[in-house]
Amino acid sequence: MGQITLNQVTKTFGDVNVIPPLDLEINDGEFVVFVGPSGCGKSTLLRLIAGLEDVTSGMIQIDGSDATTVPPAKRGLAMVFQSYALYPHMSVRKNIAFPLKMAKMDQAEIDRRVNNAASVLNLADYIDRRPGQLSGGQRQRVAIGRAIVREPAAFLFDEPLSNLDAALRVGMRLEISELHKRLDTTMIYVTHDQVEAMTMADKIVVLHGGVIEQVGSPLELYQSPRNTFVAGFIGSPKMNFIEGAEAQKYGAHTIGIRPEHIEVSDSVGPWQGVVGVAEHLGSDTFFHIHDSGLADPLTVRADGEVGFSHGDRIYMTPREDRIHKFDAQGMRIG
Amino acid sequence: MARAVTTQRKTINTVAAWVIGLLIFFPILWTILTSFKTEAQAISDPPIFLFFDWTLENYSVVQERSDYMRFLWNSVILAGGSTLLGIIIAVPAAWSMAFVPSRRTKDILLWMLSTKMLPAVGVLYPIYLLFIQFGLLDTQLGLTLVLMLINLPIIVWMLYTYFKEIPGEILEASRMDGAGLREEILYVLTPMALPGIASTVLLNFILAWNEAFWTLNLTAAQAAPLTAFIASYSSPEGLFFAKLSAASTMAIAPILILGWFSQKQLVRGLTFGAVK
Repeated sequence: MGQITLNQVTKTFGDVNVIPPLDLEINDGEFVVFVGPSGCGKSTLLRLIAGLEDVTSGMIQIDGSDATTVPPAKRGLAMVFQSYALYPHMSVRKNIAFPLKMAKMDQAEIDRRVNNAASVLNLADYIDRRPGQLSGGQRQRVAIGRAIVREPAAFLFDEPLSNLDAALRVGMRLEISELHKRLDTTMIYVTHDQVEAMTMADKIVVLHGGVIEQVGSPLELYQSPRNTFVAGFIGSPKMNFIEGAEAQKYGAHTIGIRPEHIEVSDSVGPWQGVVGVAEHLGSDTFFHIHDSGLADPLTVRADGEVGFSHGDRIYMTPREDRIHKFDAQGMRIG
Repeated sequence: MARAVTTQRKTINTVAAWVIGLLIFFPILWTILTSFKTEAQAISDPPIFLFFDWTLENYSVVQERSDYMRFLWNSVILAGGSTLLGIIIAVPAAWSMAFVPSRRTKDILLWMLSTKMLPAVGVLYPIYLLFIQFGLLDTQLGLTLVLMLINLPIIVWMLYTYFKEIPGEILEASRMDGAGLREEILYVLTPMALPGIASTVLLNFILAWNEAFWTLNLTAAQAAPLTAFIASYSSPEGLFFAKLSAASTMAIAPILILGWFSQKQLVRGLTFGAVK
């Protein structure tokens, strides 16, 4: 079981209010991602759930019982840190066995679980090495192994992939997703990378300045962001925001249109501009367009083979059904 | 070109290091040499460096006149006991200052160090009176306590510096893994800080071994360590340099040998953190 409820939780450091009163419900077996720019309070929130920080006020419930003042060791949660936080003086085997040893499990059961975790995570060949002799990806696996052997109520991940190189990150992302499918245990995952959030989450919690901006599935956030912050944060490249006369046509203060919802042409379209930088990814090309009078630059996504180059005049047609409308406060209309 | 300059520099550095090293070592060397001279040769002018009649007479006289083993045993007890006691107190203190600092932690550290700036003689009288009150004069227990207390600031400072080098996330990980405070300090912090703790122990042992002010003032016969043993040869019937040197050599020999065997550990501990 791994049902976690936050009820009016706040956190202040000295005079700084990091988390204003916040409510959140995390269901058993869910993969929840906390995402937001740095300093948004996502790591603090995770540490509050872990018990590594004390809440200033409010209540945290784990599986229905009050865990607000329960020390981290007694909460039944496991955590994977950004720096892996392996014990450098212990072998891989001892690292993974440590939580079981702390739980005073008998040696036969410890061996069984450690060997099982090592084979699941492909660590069997390194089991007697020290963390210092492992690569970043292997260290990350050891950290995950140390977390899974305890069969915790929930896993907490604090930006676990940000120290890995890009290729490894994609691989580990899949491994963690698969682990979640197999274990079916609640996972809370903190990241600033919206791609990780979109690809892994059942439920995304977008945080900004300690406040939850929106909670929803990846597609909900993508399709109907509640405000301009979420609209701008989710999706890559960023949504284009257009203000002024063009927005007023739609009865809004601001309209938002994603780069992938604009069609380009060399001759027809209601919007036009001059191509600045063209980024060719092979499958797609991103054009950054200037002098459109709408947004500078305006980003559009086109097919990989579309051949505009620097200085070309380009015509654009937005998909009407994909235009997001926001009021002067940045809140969604309709 | 660059390589040639490096070699030249290296030679200069090596020579300079040897000169400084010999300069620092010379008084000890001179003491050892003097201990093998006769009293007359010891004070001869000009001084004789190596070509004198080597004799062991001073050592046998020193042995006859005083019980070296008893002083040695007291030194071992005082240095060992005060170090052990100090470590037991300093590890939790340094842990809390390094990992759960409060706004006043820096002040406390400085304040602790400031007690080392006080001239010891300034508090001799009150401590002497306290010792009389509690019947601690000339006891191993009393001296152990005093030596522990005077070195405690240094132990805490050193351990604090080593603990600061340990990433807090690793300790947090141990808490998440179910370790209580005791297990955290025992299984995670201590093994990781072992090089630092080892050099702290060594340095503190040496400091306590060499401490002369308190050991001379608060002991008479029962608890007197080797420092008192040396001092007993500097008076009252006049100075006997050769015998004094023999006593000194016997007193510093154990610590010299300890330092020799642990020099790698000492250097590593003292530069811990400076070199990554």
